[in-house]
Amino acid sequence: MKTIQDCLNERILIIDGAMGTMIQRYKLAEADYRGERFKDWHLDVKGNNDLLNLTQPQIITAIHKQYLDAGADIIETNTFSSTSIAMADYEMQSLAYELNVAAAKCARNAVIEFKESQKASPGGGGWTGPWVAGAIGPLNKTLSLSPDVNNPGYRAVTFDEVVEAYYEQVKGLSDGGVDILLIETIFDTLNAKAAIFAIKKYFRDTKKESLPIMISGTITDASGRTLSGQTLEAFYTSVMHAKPLSIGLNCALGAKEMRPHIEELSQIASCYVSAYPNAGLPNAMGEYDENPEDTAHFLEDWAKEGFVNIVGGCCGTTPDHIKHIADEVKNIKPRQLPVVEKELV
Amino acid sequence: MQDPVVIKPYLRLAGLEPLIVRPETNFINVGERTNVTGSKMFARLIRDNKYEEALSVARQQVENGAQVLDVNMDDALLEGVLAMTTFLNLVQSEPDIAKIPIMIDSSKFEIIEAGLKCVQGKCIVNSISMKEGEEKFIEQAIICQSYGASVIVMAFDEKGQADTKQRKVEICHRAYKILTEQVGFDPQDIIFDPNIFAIATGMEEHNNYGVDFIEATREIKQLMPLTKVSGGVSNLSFAFRGNDHVREAMNSVFLFYAIKAGMDMGIVNAGQLVVYDEIEPQLKELCEDVILNRNNDNNEATEKMIAFAETVKAKGKVIVKDESWRQTPVEERLKHSLVNGITDYIDADTEEARLKYPKPLDVIEGPLMDGMNVVGDLFGAGKMFLPQVVKSARVMKKSVAVLTPFIEQEKEERKQAHLAAGTENIEAAGAPKVLLATVKGDVHDIGKNIVGVVLGCNGYDIIDLGVMVPADKILDTADKENVDIIGLSGLITPSLDEMVHVAHEMKRRNMKQPLLIGGATTSRMHTAVKIAQQYDNGVMHILDASRSVTAVSTLLGKEKDALLKKTADEYEGLRKQFATKGKKTLIPYSEAVITKEYFDWKNYNPTKPATDGVKVLKSFDLATIAKFIDWGPFFIAWEMPGHYPQVLEDKIFGVEAKRLLNDAQKLVEKIISEKWFTADGVIGFWPATSNNADTITLTTEKGEVKLESLRQQLKKAVGQPSYSLSDFVCPKELGEDFMGSFAVTIHGARKHIDQYAADNDEYNKILVQILADRFVEAFAECLHEKVRKEYWGYEKNEILSNEELIREEYKGIRPAPGYPACPDHTEKIKLFELLNVTENIGIELTESLAMNPPASVCGWYIAHPQSHYFGLGKIDKDQLEDYAKRKGMSLDEMERWLRPVLE
Repeated sequence: MKTIQDCLNERILIIDGAMGTMIQRYKLAEADYRGERFKDWHLDVKGNNDLLNLTQPQIITAIHKQYLDAGADIIETNTFSSTSIAMADYEMQSLAYELNVAAAKCARNAVIEFKESQKASPGGGGWTGPWVAGAIGPLNKTLSLSPDVNNPGYRAVTFDEVVEAYYEQVKGLSDGGVDILLIETIFDTLNAKAAIFAIKKYFRDTKKESLPIMISGTITDASGRTLSGQTLEAFYTSVMHAKPLSIGLNCALGAKEMRPHIEELSQIASCYVSAYPNAGLPNAMGEYDENPEDTAHFLEDWAKEGFVNIVGGCCGTTPDHIKHIADEVKNIKPRQLPVVEKELV
Repeated sequence: MQDPVVIKPYLRLAGLEPLIVRPETNFINVGERTNVTGSKMFARLIRDNKYEEALSVARQQVENGAQVLDVNMDDALLEGVLAMTTFLNLVQSEPDIAKIPIMIDSSKFEIIEAGLKCVQGKCIVNSISMKEGEEKFIEQAIICQSYGASVIVMAFDEKGQADTKQRKVEICHRAYKILTEQVGFDPQDIIFDPNIFAIATGMEEHNNYGVDFIEATREIKQLMPLTKVSGGVSNLSFAFRGNDHVREAMNSVFLFYAIKAGMDMGIVNAGQLVVYDEIEPQLKELCEDVILNRNNDNNEATEKMIAFAETVKAKGKVIVKDESWRQTPVEERLKHSLVNGITDYIDADTEEARLKYPKPLDVIEGPLMDGMNVVGDLFGAGKMFLPQVVKSARVMKKSVAVLTPFIEQEKEERKQAHLAAGTENIEAAGAPKVLLATVKGDVHDIGKNIVGVVLGCNGYDIIDLGVMVPADKILDTADKENVDIIGLSGLITPSLDEMVHVAHEMKRRNMKQPLLIGGATTSRMHTAVKIAQQYDNGVMHILDASRSVTAVSTLLGKEKDALLKKTADEYEGLRKQFATKGKKTLIPYSEAVITKEYFDWKNYNPTKPATDGVKVLKSFDLATIAKFIDWGPFFIAWEMPGHYPQVLEDKIFGVEAKRLLNDAQKLVEKIISEKWFTADGVIGFWPATSNNADTITLTTEKGEVKLESLRQQLKKAVGQPSYSLSDFVCPKELGEDFMGSFAVTIHGARKHIDQYAADNDEYNKILVQILADRFVEAFAECLHEKVRKEYWGYEKNEILSNEELIREEYKGIRPAPGYPACPDHTEKIKLFELLNVTENIGIELTESLAMNPPASVCGWYIAHPQSHYFGLGKIDKDQLEDYAKRKGMSLDEMERWLRPVLE
């Protein structure tokens, strides 16, 4: 059976597209979000997409399945905000662990269904994929920036609190059976370092075999820096101790704007490189309207240039985008891993 | 498919920006002043909760060149964890400090861990060791690794600190094996501190400590080549505390030897190291004796050193670093800062002066102008050099920036008072105003910027309209702002016409200001013949920035009319000289064609270019380009007299020239490591033939392209050919030849130039600008070499030194349209189309066919070994007519473009 590393050496792998964009299509109401279990919850929960892992698991599984049918090799769990810190907005801190386990199950069920449907087709087996990546989001509180302009030394949260929250998420994802951990949409490197710290600690504590880590940062604007002010290379240098399977960029930018940064990353990264941009930049209505063909053409160009190993989409992308992307890069060789020298010559 | 990227095992650190320690990286200064154990002042600030001021200590370290910031809060009176957390959180909010990596320094691991929780970048932990045994060591190493930090390992084990070379090496090697084999550290993330102890203490067992460290360093680097060696240098001279003169000398002699042995970084106060070469010989020898433990039987060397130290002490404080100017009145201090280009105290001193004087404007017109006058005088007398003047200007700008809000506030108050009283508000005139602009169609402005700085230093109010400024805008602004003098600048030849146009317009609009002309292609002759005749109220050509001051000050004083009269007479003489010259020397164009240069084409076998058609080279490696930099023009741009490299040894200019080169080289390193610039290029090659006259025909994918060249018409000695570029390409009937072309550019300079401009840092702004030019020229040189050896491949085995390249000793040429051999800029349009330059690498052509970004070069490649550079000289009307016809342009238009070469 081919492992994910085997597959990465042979072809460009496809990661799925946006979850939120797809959930919107269901036009769910407050009651749908609440389901039976939370029908008397004291706060509105509409918009808490991660809650749907518990209240509408069939929808989440169906969306995963659509991405798998479109050609995704890696699907992300619906857990962007499933931490005690982010769930505090709905006073649902205590659900964090449960949400992660449930989300991992939704994704796993989609994979099982998909594999079932592929059994008939030739060449469907022979690999350990498709894989479920447990999505670890950036939190709504940040460790390097003060929310109070008059008090730059103030922090709304401590490193230890962030580690604790991520530790619980990692435990939930791991118990739920994910294949990979994906720290994504990183706009403050210190939050990501806390996530890495939590992951390392979790696997040291439990003595379980460590899961591969994917890291994906976010360059927020034309300055080419993260929101917390690091250049791309500084960001890369600051997270490499995770010894990740891949490093990449997602969100904030469309493919057009992301290109120079992905090119730079492909030159400096010693591991595989991933990229899943938004479907362009939002239009005047705040909607992403880049055509699947257009997104796919950009990514095809990166693939031809040898920049990438894993591609997919972020905000505004749909199974249609993923299908186009998968078709375009199907026959293009992946970026070769760099030669990492062990001594000075 | 591209070759895979190669990643080297370098130590990589990061703040907001990366710091990569390569083998060629110089010694890394770790800033030590943010350390409560080493700096009493810093300790007091932290104890008193004055974190804002403590931050400025950190900022100063960065400004003084610290590449890593050591932070230590080990003080019995402090709550270390809280102090470390508070300070590092604040540092993270200051991008100018947070850009460099942090070294978290403590003997308590809980403080180290607290620090690691605050910093997003990749830190250095200082330090861990095996003093409490292996288990604890491993535990701490794992924690450091979980935060992604590099570690300093002290040569310290269960038995104590290592003092001999052998123990140092043994302990370091043992730690290395544990870290790499058990913990999984990358070797390049390990830094050893093999303990620098005090020497010359009087105790004989201490005498070899210097040697032990140096030799241990050498062996550690041999045994474990990827690791680094660091140390706290000032310990060494601890026995001489209170005697900075001796300490500084000892520390720097020690560093000299330790760095040679492989020491990579150290905690030092960079501001307090003397230059090794500048230590007085007697002291240097004494230092070497005690450090290397030479001539030291029975403590002899130590005794001598102690005796010497006494004499220095007796002499008192004269020798120690002179900060006595800080005791002088505020006017003197401002002057000192201006003359010496010191920004450290300027904000506080300005504020003090503001409170002392009745009005903020008085500070500018009083002490600041006095100081700048001294600068102006010293510059005029050749005792200060342009780079220093630019630094003075930076100080001036910072000071004015402090005062501006108060001046504005006063103005507003006066206005309100007048409004309330119903009276009219007439502000007194300020400093004389000089308007500067690079004319329409031209983007070059380094010279203009330098003139602006120099004049600004001399008290003039500079209105700089920037580049590509149309005549109307220049003259409208001059009217509106009521300026006293207008200065025009330009580099490419079409700018000369634009200057004529501006002068013409000035006359039509009946203006009164004198007009100054400057820039590389301008000349006294052209100004006299073409520009001065357009305008009657004074036109002067200014040769360089240093002359601008006297010209402007004279034009604004009583001597104005006398100077203008003198200049007018001089120009009249030049015009006469010009009228009587020329004419006689030209031969008919038809004759010039016949006397073309003939090569032995039959025995010439042209090399088919290895590259087909057009090739784009994006983001070319800057480090490779930098090797081709020609520093000669760099010093010319700075108006430093003398030639490089001799200027470095010049008695008067040498010191400043070295400093300038040093600043530039540091910036070059930064430009490379932080990728400030992007070097993009495009080249192309095509089959080519000539027609025995002046047309070269290229065969391209899209059909034939005809290039038109110009031929010398100056009468020469018998047998001397009249050159034209087309002579260097094989005539059609004799076979097929090839020709190429290129365009290269440096993107990315603008952002940094603007940033420095916004920071009022003219010095670095101009430095970046000049370096962008140097990079693009170096890129052209580098690419030409690659073309000869590889992309065209007609000279595969060439081996030339940089000097030989600068002397153009290579085979074949790369003439540029608009320059001496082919002065017609309009051929550039064809070159741009052939290579699709604008689309491929983003160079735009202005209406005057200047290239933007300004740091761009384009040209043709010709391979024939006998081809050579030449200057066209003047041509006659008959060639102009023929050329216009060949190019399908009207005679008028052709004349406009070729005016500089027309009789």
